Amino acid sequence: MPPDHLLDDYVDPYDDPAARGHRHGPLRVGLGGPVGSGKTALAAALCRTLGAELDLAVVTNDIYTTEDADFLRRNAVLPDDRIEAVQTGCCPHTAIRDDITANLDAVELLESRHPGLELVLVESGGDNLTASFSYGLVDVQIFVVDVAGGDKVPRKGGPGVTASDLLVVNKTDLAPLVGADLDVMRRDAGAVRAGKPTLLISLREDPAATEVAGWVRQQLRSRAAQHA
Amino acid sequence: MTAALLTLADSRLPAGGHTHSGGVEQAIAAGIVHDPRSLEVFLRRRLTTAGSTAAGLAAAACRAAGRDEPRRASLARLDAEADARTPSPALRQASRQQGRGLVRVGRRAWPTAAWDDLPPHPHHPLALGVAAAAAGLGPADAAQAAAYLSITGSATAAQRLLAMDPITVATVTARLAAEVDAVGAGADQAAAGGPAPTDGEPGPAWLPAGTDPLLDLLAEVHADRDDRYFAS
Repeated sequence: MPPDHLLDDYVDPYDDPAARGHRHGPLRVGLGGPVGSGKTALAAALCRTLGAELDLAVVTNDIYTTEDADFLRRNAVLPDDRIEAVQTGCCPHTAIRDDITANLDAVELLESRHPGLELVLVESGGDNLTASFSYGLVDVQIFVVDVAGGDKVPRKGGPGVTASDLLVVNKTDLAPLVGADLDVMRRDAGAVRAGKPTLLISLREDPAATEVAGWVRQQLRSRAAQHA
Repeated sequence: MTAALLTLADSRLPAGGHTHSGGVEQAIAAGIVHDPRSLEVFLRRRLTTAGSTAAGLAAAACRAAGRDEPRRASLARLDAEADARTPSPALRQASRQQGRGLVRVGRRAWPTAAWDDLPPHPHHPLALGVAAAAAGLGPADAAQAAAYLSITGSATAAQRLLAMDPITVATVTARLAAEVDAVGAGADQAAAGGPAPTDGEPGPAWLPAGTDPLLDLLAEVHADRDDRYFAS
């Protein structure tokens, strides 16, 4: 007979304050999604929009070391000491989900360099629809897909689409050009996301990523309220 | 305690090893590793130099971690010995980076006071030795794990970078198993061979000190590249 599955008098051995340490540091926001969907552009937009009001930094997980980091330096007005690039050993997905060591090192380095840090964006290397961040690394995660990838992407699902805290469908300006139906994408996303939010945006039309920045501000407020 | 040893040597242990190639990325770039045969030769070279050194340090660190006093001094001394046995600054950094990763997972998976006696960002073999002691393993186990880990990360990196047949790569490491065991056992014996530590000194002169100028050179060239997939 299998042992009982009783949790009543069970002392949780995993309730380690050290494990919750990052709940008290800067808010860590994961940015995942397929190659070319606009993760780096969104990171740059968030840095530009939120940089004036928040102490922030970015971790990139490039395929090569510095491509996205260089883009951020140029486009996000972020000084070098606020961008850390990690090498992922050809496995960007492993580095954000299965073994997050290199990313934790990078976050901790940024925290030690900037003690007042309030927000860290952790941008994944481009991956597929199954990519997701470990919550050991991030507090919340945004999954970025784009209209040009086809309007059936939300229906295809995958952990990024279904379980991310915010789904961003980027490049809505391209919808007429690629024959994508935004209503279908919105409806399909709603059907698989169990009430979690989806934003359809165009970083070309709104380079400030106003709505996404608003969502990030909301996350900061709700976390502050939790720990108040 | 076999399960603890398997856990410690498991590449799925989230200690950051998967972002390090143990020199194989640069060895491939230099044309030194290009097929299973050249991979086996490279892994053997790594095993018998850096692997043996790491195994000796891991065994000594495990023994030091098992004693209450003077644990901190012994571990600090071993950390300096690891530096002395690692001439390449890039390899020192890679070792400390992996040590830090192992401490992060080890201190939660196997809580023990010895973690606090390690220097900050210790060399990887030291973290491995403390983890082994904390998991109830002995110096011989620590040495075995270090010897095994000295080739598995490189083998996986080669598999990824050369798109090799994973079964072939598994065969390469399987063929090296007896040599891995021998290196681990030899390093453990060497680490145990010194005089009894009367004054807190773990007898580092008896520890293996194999290094490979090729690995040092590859690591230094690799560290300067902008286009690398692996941290080392």
